[in-house]
Amino acid sequence: MSVDSAVVRRIAHLARIAVEENEVERLRGELNAILSFVETLSEVDVEGVEPIASVLPMQMKKRADVVTDGGIAQDVLVNAPVKEDHYFVVPKVVE
Amino acid sequence: MSDLTHLSLADARDALTSKKISAVELTKAHLSAIESARILNCFITETPELALKQAAASDERIAGGQAGPLEGLPLGVKDLYCTNGVRTTAASRILDDFTPTYESTVSGNLIRDGAVTLGKLNLDEFAMGSSNETSAFGPVISPWKRKGDPGAKIVPGGSSGGSSAAVAAHLCLGATATDTGGSIRQPAAFTGTVGVKPTYGRCSRWGIVAFASSLDQAGPIARTVRDAAILLRSMAGHDPKDTTSVDAPVPDYEKAIGASVKGRRIGVPKEYRLDGLSAEIAGLWDQGVQWLKDAGAEIVEISLPHTKYALPTYYIIAPAEASSNLARYDGVRYGLREPGRDITDMYEKTRAKGFGPEVRRRIMIGTYVLSAGYYDAYYVRAQKVRSLIKRDFDEAFAAGVDAVLTPATPSTAFAQGEQGSTDPVEMYLNDVFTVTVNMAGLPGISVPGGLAANGLPLGLQLIGRPFDEETLFSLASAIERAAPNFDFPQPWWR
Repeated sequence: MSVDSAVVRRIAHLARIAVEENEVERLRGELNAILSFVETLSEVDVEGVEPIASVLPMQMKKRADVVTDGGIAQDVLVNAPVKEDHYFVVPKVVE
Repeated sequence: MSDLTHLSLADARDALTSKKISAVELTKAHLSAIESARILNCFITETPELALKQAAASDERIAGGQAGPLEGLPLGVKDLYCTNGVRTTAASRILDDFTPTYESTVSGNLIRDGAVTLGKLNLDEFAMGSSNETSAFGPVISPWKRKGDPGAKIVPGGSSGGSSAAVAAHLCLGATATDTGGSIRQPAAFTGTVGVKPTYGRCSRWGIVAFASSLDQAGPIARTVRDAAILLRSMAGHDPKDTTSVDAPVPDYEKAIGASVKGRRIGVPKEYRLDGLSAEIAGLWDQGVQWLKDAGAEIVEISLPHTKYALPTYYIIAPAEASSNLARYDGVRYGLREPGRDITDMYEKTRAKGFGPEVRRRIMIGTYVLSAGYYDAYYVRAQKVRSLIKRDFDEAFAAGVDAVLTPATPSTAFAQGEQGSTDPVEMYLNDVFTVTVNMAGLPGISVPGGLAANGLPLGLQLIGRPFDEETLFSLASAIERAAPNFDFPQPWWR
């Protein structure tokens, strides 16, 4: 399978990465080089093989559903690029 | 007192406990070595004041008989580990001046045990790379030089290139690193150092910037096998904050150093004898077999038939997990923000500016293989092949093999710009011997085997049973004793 320039633009949008028109061709070449490298997996017989879930034979640990942390809004917000009071600020999403 | 930087970590520990030296003087010696080695670009952030404060506190604890296992020992921390109050970048522009208000569990364990932290070490951006050339803070230069080629800037390997170069240049006694596909073992092999990728789950991943969560594992880089064993004991352990960390006691790995390897069965996988494997690497491998035989181990040929699919599998699974993990860098909660006409435009511009080319490429591949219509063909198939790769190892171990011996890398270190500039896959091939270990969640160690004809170090890799790092330390110390001695490079960078 290989990708064309329309697919490159679609993937970039899904990944939320702006791509300039003059970058599309180069990206297409690079992505196709990687895809052709992984193409070899299509020759492996995976009939009846379970996809791996974990390399460790262990049960998912669970804990009681109680609050164990919190009340640190200041710490949570300290690295925010734009903030107001105890809120992250983003461009307007609804009209 | 610059020769204090030439102590091994174990010797420095003993000199500190017997009060022959102080933690402050040991730390000052390393800080001055760091200052005179800035041309190597090992550190992204130096923390001399913090280090001296920690060292003074260590001296007090030593005087008061309260010394921890790493008391007063100056270490470097890969800048993928979140450090409380110290900028953490993952070598990416997108994290900007991100300064955590918490400490990663593993670096916290080192501090709990008394270590002195000298600063944050350079790496490939988000740990994606094998040469430390993708860092937004510029490449790291290895202290090693190729014979007869003084102008070439040799790469220290990657992604833990700042860690490997700083340890090889004697800027710290040891360093933390992380390994997703070979990022501890390959840079260790390139710099003549020892690197340990523990069993998945041995060290907590909490507070370490995530790349591919089912593969990432923390581990040490040091100059001797013993030093690596001492560091791993402090780094390892159960952490309730990481549900994949394993609740099992941490052995005293140092006791495994020098232990007899008589009768141990060592598997040599025939599939690792790749077409075009250089005679020098093949020769080193044979030599390693002989060293272990001489130490009393038994050598058996084994087959790991899915080996050649490991790297392609990795280049589906790792980018898929990365594309998901790196979705958090959106310009809202921390890091860089580029203004846009609406929120989507803001996300897209922020991520285009903040991520370097290799990271963008991997996010896009990951997005593609997880997207509707391709998920089964790529991602699910890769997860099935990963099961087969793990099964190969399970069967070898079930047949009585105690560990597997392979080369660590397909070549010695190369110079900046020599690989991957036209085809990204060329760079990916560096991890051909190491990536299987991450796929199967096993422990691996890279140990120096001497120098190649070009004057650069070569490494051997040992792969162990899950949670049997002790056997790896015993075998690696046997190789370390048998391998020809070499000197780390003279400080041409001063």
